[in-house]
Amino acid sequence: MPSAKKRKNVTAMDLRAQCAIAGLGQTRMGKNFDHPGPVGFAAEAVNLALDDAGLARSDLDGLLVNPGITWFNNPMASYSLQQAMGLRNLRLTATMNLGGATAAAMVMHAAQSIAAGMADCVACVFADAPLRPPSPSKGKGEGSASAYGFAQGLNAHYGLFGVNSQYAFVAQRHMYRYGTTNDHLGAIAVAERAWANSNPEAQFFDTPMSIADYHASRWVVEPFHLYDCCLVSNGGLAVIVTSAERAKNLKRPPVYILGMAQGHPGGDPMETLVSGAPIAKTTAFKMAGISLSDVDFCEIYDCYTFTVLVTLEDYGFCKKGEGGPFVATGAIGPGGSLPVNTGGGQLSSFYMWGMTPVSEAIVQIRGDGGRRQVPKHEVGLVSGNGGILATHSTLVLGSHP
Amino acid sequence: MPSISKPVPAITPEMREFFDGARAGRLMVQKCGGCGMLRFPAYELCSKCNSTTSSWVPVSGRGEVFSFNIMHQVYHPAFAAEVPYAVVVVELEEGCKFVSNLIGVKPHEIKCGMPVEVMFEKLSDEVSIPKFRLRSAH
Repeated sequence: MPSAKKRKNVTAMDLRAQCAIAGLGQTRMGKNFDHPGPVGFAAEAVNLALDDAGLARSDLDGLLVNPGITWFNNPMASYSLQQAMGLRNLRLTATMNLGGATAAAMVMHAAQSIAAGMADCVACVFADAPLRPPSPSKGKGEGSASAYGFAQGLNAHYGLFGVNSQYAFVAQRHMYRYGTTNDHLGAIAVAERAWANSNPEAQFFDTPMSIADYHASRWVVEPFHLYDCCLVSNGGLAVIVTSAERAKNLKRPPVYILGMAQGHPGGDPMETLVSGAPIAKTTAFKMAGISLSDVDFCEIYDCYTFTVLVTLEDYGFCKKGEGGPFVATGAIGPGGSLPVNTGGGQLSSFYMWGMTPVSEAIVQIRGDGGRRQVPKHEVGLVSGNGGILATHSTLVLGSHP
Repeated sequence: MPSISKPVPAITPEMREFFDGARAGRLMVQKCGGCGMLRFPAYELCSKCNSTTSSWVPVSGRGEVFSFNIMHQVYHPAFAAEVPYAVVVVELEEGCKFVSNLIGVKPHEIKCGMPVEVMFEKLSDEVSIPKFRLRSAH
């Protein structure tokens, strides 16, 4: 049948290494007030990514934007940024929001469009500016400018506020069902901090942390200590996606997109205790032609320590429910058998939603990691996660096509 | 009495029968008109069969603590004197889940699997809300 033959030409598997990440742009991170709002951080990040790739603004024909909390009420954030940067004649744009799964999903959308000939050079950017400058009239002047959740009605009467509290329910259930402990969660926090202590751009670069420090940190919402929760950061992060052929002739070594997929399980995460990683892994690993043993390092979305634990289980690095004992072996820290979140992750470096893991994978694959560089860096596994284990995206990135 | 009171839920048209039941001491949940699945709170359509027909039915009010957390941060001034306090997720015998508070148990003594039953707290002439207390397991 001709139509079946035609379809065979466009399977997802054919997308392997068609595209590459050619540029990475990162503004200063954390408590910095270099721009009055998120659009300025986004523009700086895109321009830095273009410089990194050796490209000009006029080379861009695609712009994908993931607005953080300070501008996600802007339904056309990508147009705002296009106008702010004076970009003309784009062939692809979108404002995307799958929560923390957006960054990898933007890279996917860019790669698919480029492979289909609908764009050639696409910037994908996340930016946010929730921290406000110190002000004499407003006390400390720190802290998140707006809450993530919208408490109302019954839940507010019971005192249930914010996304932390919802994740805490899921973590508590994992503890009940599988015997996971705060020592296990703490092992993830300590491992990421150790990585951050070798990353000069990390917000906690200068601050070591022991498991005792973890246990001594204040409770936010049990079972989460302060150091189970991600940071709050001002900043912008952008990547430039283009065809593998074009990327070979640019300034930096291409970071090939070997595999990419999404998985959004739906349902009640307290019941399933499973993220979308198993769904996405099937497609992404098949596309990349890899198995778990080919993965040299991981950059796992870490809004909480617990998210890392669940995602490692879901990819199959250990059995379901055994994530706690697995991370307690020290495997994921510096010198371990499976380096995870090698820049310190969102717990200890900076919180740029899914762009934090994407950016660190690029640094590692290029061999730019300095003191935190992992010895083997041919294949990196990147995850994004949004909502309460609601959305998920996977990228398999590699140094060779 | 705290000077600032906790948020009082609004009685929306979608939730009216729940609040009518609560005022009379009955725990009500929504039952799908298509497949009979129970759900709470109110939704326009059933996530299992997508039917948009539903009715409210009383349930036993008996269940178990499915999960819980202990809140240490103050998000609303009415809770300033209560931190740390626990919020529980109760799974009813009939299968659906309720976010609520467990009365008479200290936060750090709460365990998943504890048997609980509903009780009602009157906030005003119009609004009573379900909370839970321990029951002896049979």
